[in-house]
Amino acid sequence: MSLIPRGVAYAVLPVAIVATLATPVAAKDDLIIGFTQYPATFHPNIDSMAAKTYVLNMVRRPLTAYDKDWVLRCQLCVELPTMENGLAKPVPRPDGKQGVAMKFAIHPGATWSDGTPVTTADIAFTAEVGKHPKSGVASQEFYNRLERVEIHDAKSFTFHVDKLTYQFNDVSDFQLLPAHLERPVFMADPDNYRQRTLFDAEPTKPGLHFGPYRISEVVAGSHVVLTPNPTWYGDKPFFQRITIRAIENTAALEANLLSGSIDYIAGELGLSLDQALAFQKRHGARFDISFKPGLVYEHIDLNLDNPALKDRRVRQALLYAIDRQAVSQQLFEGKQPVAASFVNPLDRVIADDVPSYRLDPARAQALLDEAGFKPGADGIRVDANGVRLSLELGTTAGNRTREAVQQVLQSQWRRVGVEIRIKNDPARIFFGEITRKRSFGGLAMYAWLSSPESSPRNQLHSQSIPTEANNFAGQNYPGFKNPEMDKLIDQLETELDFAKRKAIWARIQEIYATELPILPLYFRADPFIVPKWLVGVEATGHQHYSSLRVEHWKSQ
Amino acid sequence: MIRYLADRLLQSLVVLAVMSFVVYVLLCLMPGDPIDIMMSGDPKMTAADRARLAEDYGLDRPILERYGTWLKAAVSGDLGWSRTFRRPVLEILLPRLGNTILLMGAALGIALMVGLPLGIWAGSRAGGLADRVINLACFATAATPTFWLALLLMILFAVKLGWFPASGLAPRGAGFWESLRHLVLPVVTLAIVESGIYARHMRAAMIEALQHDYVRTARAKGATRVRVILVHALRNALLPVTTVTALGFGSLFSGALITETMFAWPGMGKLIFESIMSSDFNVALVALLFATLVTLLCNLAADLSYVALDPRISIGHGAAR
Repeated sequence: MSLIPRGVAYAVLPVAIVATLATPVAAKDDLIIGFTQYPATFHPNIDSMAAKTYVLNMVRRPLTAYDKDWVLRCQLCVELPTMENGLAKPVPRPDGKQGVAMKFAIHPGATWSDGTPVTTADIAFTAEVGKHPKSGVASQEFYNRLERVEIHDAKSFTFHVDKLTYQFNDVSDFQLLPAHLERPVFMADPDNYRQRTLFDAEPTKPGLHFGPYRISEVVAGSHVVLTPNPTWYGDKPFFQRITIRAIENTAALEANLLSGSIDYIAGELGLSLDQALAFQKRHGARFDISFKPGLVYEHIDLNLDNPALKDRRVRQALLYAIDRQAVSQQLFEGKQPVAASFVNPLDRVIADDVPSYRLDPARAQALLDEAGFKPGADGIRVDANGVRLSLELGTTAGNRTREAVQQVLQSQWRRVGVEIRIKNDPARIFFGEITRKRSFGGLAMYAWLSSPESSPRNQLHSQSIPTEANNFAGQNYPGFKNPEMDKLIDQLETELDFAKRKAIWARIQEIYATELPILPLYFRADPFIVPKWLVGVEATGHQHYSSLRVEHWKSQ
Repeated sequence: MIRYLADRLLQSLVVLAVMSFVVYVLLCLMPGDPIDIMMSGDPKMTAADRARLAEDYGLDRPILERYGTWLKAAVSGDLGWSRTFRRPVLEILLPRLGNTILLMGAALGIALMVGLPLGIWAGSRAGGLADRVINLACFATAATPTFWLALLLMILFAVKLGWFPASGLAPRGAGFWESLRHLVLPVVTLAIVESGIYARHMRAAMIEALQHDYVRTARAKGATRVRVILVHALRNALLPVTTVTALGFGSLFSGALITETMFAWPGMGKLIFESIMSSDFNVALVALLFATLVTLLCNLAADLSYVALDPRISIGHGAAR
């Protein structure tokens, strides 16, 4: 026997259905992100890995970082030290050079997730670990330059750095460690600290993080779960749970997104551009898809020890012979802007009047003629001794985009009489042996990762040419030696006046584009495939990823 | 019997020792070392950083010296630390091993449950319609690329139908059914491919067994078709299949790289691949040696099972009686 009369049920049912449909759907308060790498370590200063940076951005903050408009701002600090505000001061050194003293204040509300305030004790401890030769810290450059840390009180301190450079107040590499938790571990055995750190031994331990979230679950190789940090001092984050899943295979990553197993693919560590373009055609209506060109600079290094490539005219001819605009349009639908030099158009030091090389096969042929390379019987040019203009072009095997570009360039260079022999190697051989030891015969295609207004010392200064004598230090793989460039780089790094520095930057770009030790191709774009309900994700295009602003991500 | 076992175990130890040396040297000879990998991801690392870290990780010492240090520690029970995960090797290995055994064990079980009956059925009806259909299906599944099959199942059952999650482990505390849902697609992918292989082996062994005189005798004595197949032929036919199964069981511990990668399943296959690619010597070495040891033990178990299956076989006397 029914408790509700049938007539009443018939009357109520449509109302109930309509009411259910009309009830506003609660905004989704959990977010599942997919990306292609699993962070091997969660220690902020040991090892360097994009996946780790992406996750740690959500649970901690550097002292300073570039924002989405590529402007350096305080994150953990209160005010960025500058010469103008008096928080930074040049300090003369006994050797006649200038150092710098920078006064910082830690955000008054900054508190580790176990309730312990973030203090200068953490700053001093981090510097101590960073300077220790056995601590396992990957890059000690900043710590080596840091002469001492002057502690004023629990929240303010001064960094004394041995060299005053134009980027003196960019201390984003200084990632704070919790002294109250890590000091006992470090002091017990500093030489094995890297294996004993709580960041990896107990990554979910409260007190390791002070960002909007804290790590609450780690399944090695699979996923990381973040939950809001109750002690976070900034804007309250919207999502109550963020799961970050590592799915290496990008086809599987795409299937996961479509099936709803993940909500969002991290733009910085997600689909390749060609996949994203295809995805946009098939499923563009369901997602907000954007492409953010960034600081990953795709280019071709020319080995200047190669007799043919020693001649600047040959190098210029190579660039005139290729249609980079068409490559960008055809392969990347114009999403990856063609590069005029290594400086990104979004960077404030970009020069307007850099020599450009639009497709001009006639000019390329004329330059090759001038350089003494005449067309041979089979169309390939030969020099006066009959040596063919045949060059090897290598890149990382398995990188579909680069391999596709190689094919196009090979055919375009063939048209002006340059033979290209493609020789690709796995990434670890290509970077570990071939480029590092300058053993590529002609051309090497790969990308640089830099930061806004980053000095090109490591790539263009003659002291950065890797040799056996310097244990293959430096990344000047072409072997470019130009006294003016060396002088400009030295000047650039100590010039604090932006107007003067911009003039130096302009000249550097001009020399680069004239001498062409490296053929600029394009700046890589990260595809961001964001569900329509997720708002606040802002691509940056640089090393301080979008996840650094996770507290502004919301569901609508 | 005891002497035979002792001999085989001793042989296994020698194989393991040789393998450890060969694998260690090969890993060290790979171009690029862990510091190169770090440097490629961090443009700020300098030559001084490189030299410091190389010394720190012991990479500046000769290979033989490094191997000697590792071996000495391993013999004393210290299998070392993972360079990438910064945890003791066993702490990294054991959860992955558990995931792989779960995945591969379930797949092997299903493959045997499906493949062996199909093989028996096809072998007992060699040349017939059923045999042809089963054969065709076996060839098709065995020849199907795993990554393609995985993607196909993912698109059908996760994207289109939404029945199962596309990949990954279930979150902690998700419960039995949710964990099972996560397991379905990777297990089915592996089982489809494996069952075809087992069916092919079983079919071939069954066809051969059914041609023996004792089978003819059994038939002449009036034994039913089912009895002839299941009681007389099957026992002999299982001998070669046992070897294949033992090898398959061995692979339980070395994982399935492609399936694990496609389904983001953190198992041994992925771990071995990643540790080799990131020059995490200790993890790669221990994982590979563990897989070798299990394979050797499974082979030994297969040899011992012959005695149980075929009374004519005797162990330790060199030849069948």
